[in-house]
Amino acid sequence: MAMATQLVALRTLVRKECNRVFRIWLQTILPPAMTTALYFLIFGNLIGRRIGQMDGFDYAQYIAPGLIMMQVVTNSYGNVVSSFFSAKMQRHLEEMLVAPMADWVIILGHAMGGVVRGLAVAAAVTVVALFFTHLHVAHVLVTLSVVVLTAFVFSLGGLINAILAKNFDDVSIIPSFVLAPLSYLGGVFYSISILPEFARHLSRLNPVLYMVNAFRYGMLGVSDIDIGLAYALILAFAALLFVACLVLIRRGTGIRS
Amino acid sequence: MPALAVRHLVKTYPNGVQALRGVDLEVPEGDFFALLGPNGAGKTTLIGIVTSLVTKTAGEVLVFGRSIDRELEQAKAAIGVVPQEININYWESVMNIVTTQAGFYGMTPRAARTRAEECLKQLQLWDRRHDTGRNLSGGMKRRLMIARALMHRPPLLILDEPTAGVDIEIRRSMWEFLREINAAGTTIILTTHYLEEAEMLCRRVAIIDHGTIIERDEMANVLRKLQAETFVLNLREAVAAAPVLAGYGVRRVNDHEIEVEVTRDRDLNGVFAALSAAGLRVLSMRNKANRLEELFMRLTAREPQDP
Repeated sequence: MAMATQLVALRTLVRKECNRVFRIWLQTILPPAMTTALYFLIFGNLIGRRIGQMDGFDYAQYIAPGLIMMQVVTNSYGNVVSSFFSAKMQRHLEEMLVAPMADWVIILGHAMGGVVRGLAVAAAVTVVALFFTHLHVAHVLVTLSVVVLTAFVFSLGGLINAILAKNFDDVSIIPSFVLAPLSYLGGVFYSISILPEFARHLSRLNPVLYMVNAFRYGMLGVSDIDIGLAYALILAFAALLFVACLVLIRRGTGIRS
Repeated sequence: MPALAVRHLVKTYPNGVQALRGVDLEVPEGDFFALLGPNGAGKTTLIGIVTSLVTKTAGEVLVFGRSIDRELEQAKAAIGVVPQEININYWESVMNIVTTQAGFYGMTPRAARTRAEECLKQLQLWDRRHDTGRNLSGGMKRRLMIARALMHRPPLLILDEPTAGVDIEIRRSMWEFLREINAAGTTIILTTHYLEEAEMLCRRVAIIDHGTIIERDEMANVLRKLQAETFVLNLREAVAAAPVLAGYGVRRVNDHEIEVEVTRDRDLNGVFAALSAAGLRVLSMRNKANRLEELFMRLTAREPQDP
């Protein structure tokens, strides 16, 4: 199909995915805002007061970018897993498979849905954070580009999970046993400079660390890692996962008999 | 150019099941074509390959001359498909389901809304356009899938058991609708369990069994090959055993019913004459199965079942 036609198909899929996110906002937007409010209440206020400052910022202020990014990671991933896997189970994914949509349109459409959910959640969590701490943005472009790219990377990750998943266990294992540990150990609640040397080196193998720190740099102007390296890694992950999605969909893995 | 050409199509599933064993098939443009076969014969696999839901092991599929290997998107654009299983999004409205599908085929939202009104009105779903999929009855879901498949005006419409579970009134209105769109130029390929449906609607038929096409011809020619028909006769007088009618196979069903097999070289007059001579009067008579069903059962070596 011509590019213009593919773009119509892409716009249709993105609109469908966005409608889903906002139609069920009680499941997609509100819970992360609620969870983050509890994090701020307990870690930011009650425990944070005893911790004092980290990298020159109040503890609540220091963890705010990490908490926002943690929700972006979880929700962009979860959005695509949930949408694509339920479409696969209910078989209405076939609507897309029989249509003359290019594989990249199916991938990009779902990923953009995940990005929209990630950004909506980021906005909601930011509003919640403002009730507990003062926030400012040191580098607007870095902040926006990192949040969009991170949401994109994890949306693609969610798509791969959904493509390969055969049952509901398969879609809950990765968020529980991979994403959650990576997020909690990815510098959301602390600077890796306070860790022993071995743990600090180990942390550098965690991709979420780079995303959280790049975002923290965008908001607060401080980071444990080099921003250039963070961008390079995020872009490399995005490219790698996009190619993996293309290969899987082209082969029909998990979606065609 | 045929609407669909299938050559040496083979499908072997990873578990070793060979669903298609070198199928060759050609459906002329404008045809109303029946693809029949018992459960597990390979019909849905064949349709799945044509619509790219199933990957083939070997062979070639051309849709209006476009190969699904080399010009997949163009081939897909020419097909509308109504699958056997209900596959609508239960949480979307009827209107969203059809307009989204049109968007996937590249129709702009405005064009999709206009076309949706046409399709939903034709299939008596316009009044339900704001309802979600889960609030529709079984028959409405089937009609919605037909409307969805027609949104992009495909020249080839493939229907896999479209009237399964649909009551007779709606089934007849769907038949009428399918006749109309076929008359307007859409090529239709139909699989159905209701062989009466295939006999009434389709001009050509192929019968598939165990992954192989065992019969393929015009419907009239196929029916001419039927060597015998079985009739159920309801008798006024009770019979304790099957009466002997020379030249006819007779089976007693119950006290007042017998089955008589009439071969092509015989006629029913002989049956009535012999029964009259035996003092038996016939109150009513019906075909045990319709003609296509009878042929189908014989070709696939299965016993006919009571309707």
